[in-house]
Amino acid sequence: MTSIMSWGWPALFLLGAYHGINPGMGWLFAVARGMQEHATKAVARALVPITLGHALSIGLVLALAGLIQIVLPLGYVQMVVAGALISLGILRILRRRHFAWGGMQVGFRDLTLWSFLMASAHGAGLMVLPIVLHAASTSAMPMGHEHMHMAASNGPWTGIAATLVHTLGYLSVTALVALLVYRKFGLALLRKAWFNLDLVWAAALIVTGCVALVA
Amino acid sequence: MSLWRPDPTFYPSPKMAMAAPPEKLAYVAMLNANGHKRPDALGVVDVDPASTGYGRLVGQLDMPNTGDELHHFGWNACSASLCPYAPHPHIERRYLIVPGINSSRIHIVDTKPDPKKPQIVKVIEPETLAARTGYASPHTIHCGPEGIYSSALGATNGDGPGGIFVIDHDSFDILGKWELDRGPQYLAYDFGWHLGFDTVITSEWGTPNMVKHGINPEILLKGGYGHKLHVWDLRKRRHLQELDLGAEYQMALELRPAHDPTRAYGFLGVVVSLKDLSASIWLWHRDDGKWSVKKVIEIPAEPADPEKLPPLLQGFKAVPPLITDINLSLDDRFLYISCWGTGEFLQYDVSDPFHPKKTGSIHLGGIVRHAAHPRAPKTELNGGPQMVELSRDGKRIYFTNSLYSPWDAQFYPEGVRSWMVKVDAKPEGGMELDPKFFLESGDLRLHQVRLEGGDTSSDSYCYS
Repeated sequence: MTSIMSWGWPALFLLGAYHGINPGMGWLFAVARGMQEHATKAVARALVPITLGHALSIGLVLALAGLIQIVLPLGYVQMVVAGALISLGILRILRRRHFAWGGMQVGFRDLTLWSFLMASAHGAGLMVLPIVLHAASTSAMPMGHEHMHMAASNGPWTGIAATLVHTLGYLSVTALVALLVYRKFGLALLRKAWFNLDLVWAAALIVTGCVALVA
Repeated sequence: MSLWRPDPTFYPSPKMAMAAPPEKLAYVAMLNANGHKRPDALGVVDVDPASTGYGRLVGQLDMPNTGDELHHFGWNACSASLCPYAPHPHIERRYLIVPGINSSRIHIVDTKPDPKKPQIVKVIEPETLAARTGYASPHTIHCGPEGIYSSALGATNGDGPGGIFVIDHDSFDILGKWELDRGPQYLAYDFGWHLGFDTVITSEWGTPNMVKHGINPEILLKGGYGHKLHVWDLRKRRHLQELDLGAEYQMALELRPAHDPTRAYGFLGVVVSLKDLSASIWLWHRDDGKWSVKKVIEIPAEPADPEKLPPLLQGFKAVPPLITDINLSLDDRFLYISCWGTGEFLQYDVSDPFHPKKTGSIHLGGIVRHAAHPRAPKTELNGGPQMVELSRDGKRIYFTNSLYSPWDAQFYPEGVRSWMVKVDAKPEGGMELDPKFFLESGDLRLHQVRLEGGDTSSDSYCYS
């Protein structure tokens, strides 16, 4: 677990928080569930599958990257990831079709799947990946020239820990915003404060990709 | 173009939308009934009381072809864009989707650069609609969480089944037929939804072949026009349940679901009963997951001198009320009902949807009554209250008097002379005609009205 350097953990947490604050990524759905059921409990209940779906999306991407590292040198993996990030960012700018899946009457399974699909469609896991890979590459340096990677150096633990830290950041913000909006502020703030994060998001994907390329 | 912040005309809940600023312009479908020499048009009406043009036509966009029969139309995007499972709040409410019910041609009209001079930016030809969906005669347009939905009266050969198709709200491409399993549904007309329950309700009129030559008395007396509601799963696109009013109730047309997404009920207007020519309002509602329907208002026919009646009605010695449109205020409190035959416009308090209370009535036009407007008290009017639209704050009501040209000719054979009026609603019930607003348009027959920035029937909401 020590393979992620000191700034890596807060970065993962903050990235989670950034995902969490986006109304389209979960908290708004939790508020809607609360309103539909007229109960704060319904907000809290919805947060569980929403968070689980997000974590699964992140975890899956990290696991896949871990598996690829078994057959591909780390440097190549980083290049592939950077390419994927940049392409997804450009695609999201060019193709404006928005995500749509599910409905208002969603149970635990569907809400988990919705959150998983929403996070995956936005490349949430991809955005996390460079931090983890960068950590893997720097931790590999002092040990010589062999291809060190997460899977070999720490088993799956780095990936799991990274997912958990990211998810913690996501959950804290999502839950806080959902409850504050439901109990206190109301949804009127959406009209003013729902910035078009899609463009920022696309830019973030591209920038992360570029950083991953040069790092 | 995407916006940086949500379109200011989108509101998360119907309650919040009631605080929207008053509209300054209205768009109205104009049917050219003067032969088929000139095209139909989309009119722009000044509805700003502070303006010198108040109550007047200030813009007119002619369609590129003749014979479209413009009818209903709607916005490309609305408050449903804020729904949590398919959010896209940065799309603009900007384009009107304007179909011709006769031509099956769909016009995409841009209201942005100059709202008083709307422009056509795309025309979807009937062949494209046919190839992509198999449907014809597009009717009701609603912006939904996943795109633009339109109902269609029938198939390309003019028979059934009618149904729903979806249009992409960015490219305006026709995406295809909506239904995956239509069950027993065959006739189509209007549709509405309870987004909070992932449920769609559809109603029934007749296929294009059953309506385009006017009411066919043979079909009518056999109870052959629509008399059912259909309940659908919005997510799975499957038919769930059929609610049959009984064949006596002919033409189950306009649907107005409660706006609050947590309320699972709505109102349906039925044009005529074969038993006594009465018209009725029905309430559909959900209990323990099952939907049912119940008559909550009946409006009787009025006895009349046969000499004053058109040939179709002379044998009955009565004027049927003919409920042809209804509308529900955003707080789900007041239901407005157009009685196109008797020329009466009604307001009911439906706070208790099972027990509506009549709170207002206005007479204007009518087959026998020909009631006049205060602006021109000596001029007998024909046609009657028909397409009704309501401002989001519930204070202003607009209605027009033309129905559908083949039917206009049967009930008002002298030829409908068209008008549009405005009514002021009082907060606790009751209403009166605005004496300053009386727009006459003669042979350009006015049909559906849409208000700038949205109106009571244009938007749906995912939050209460």
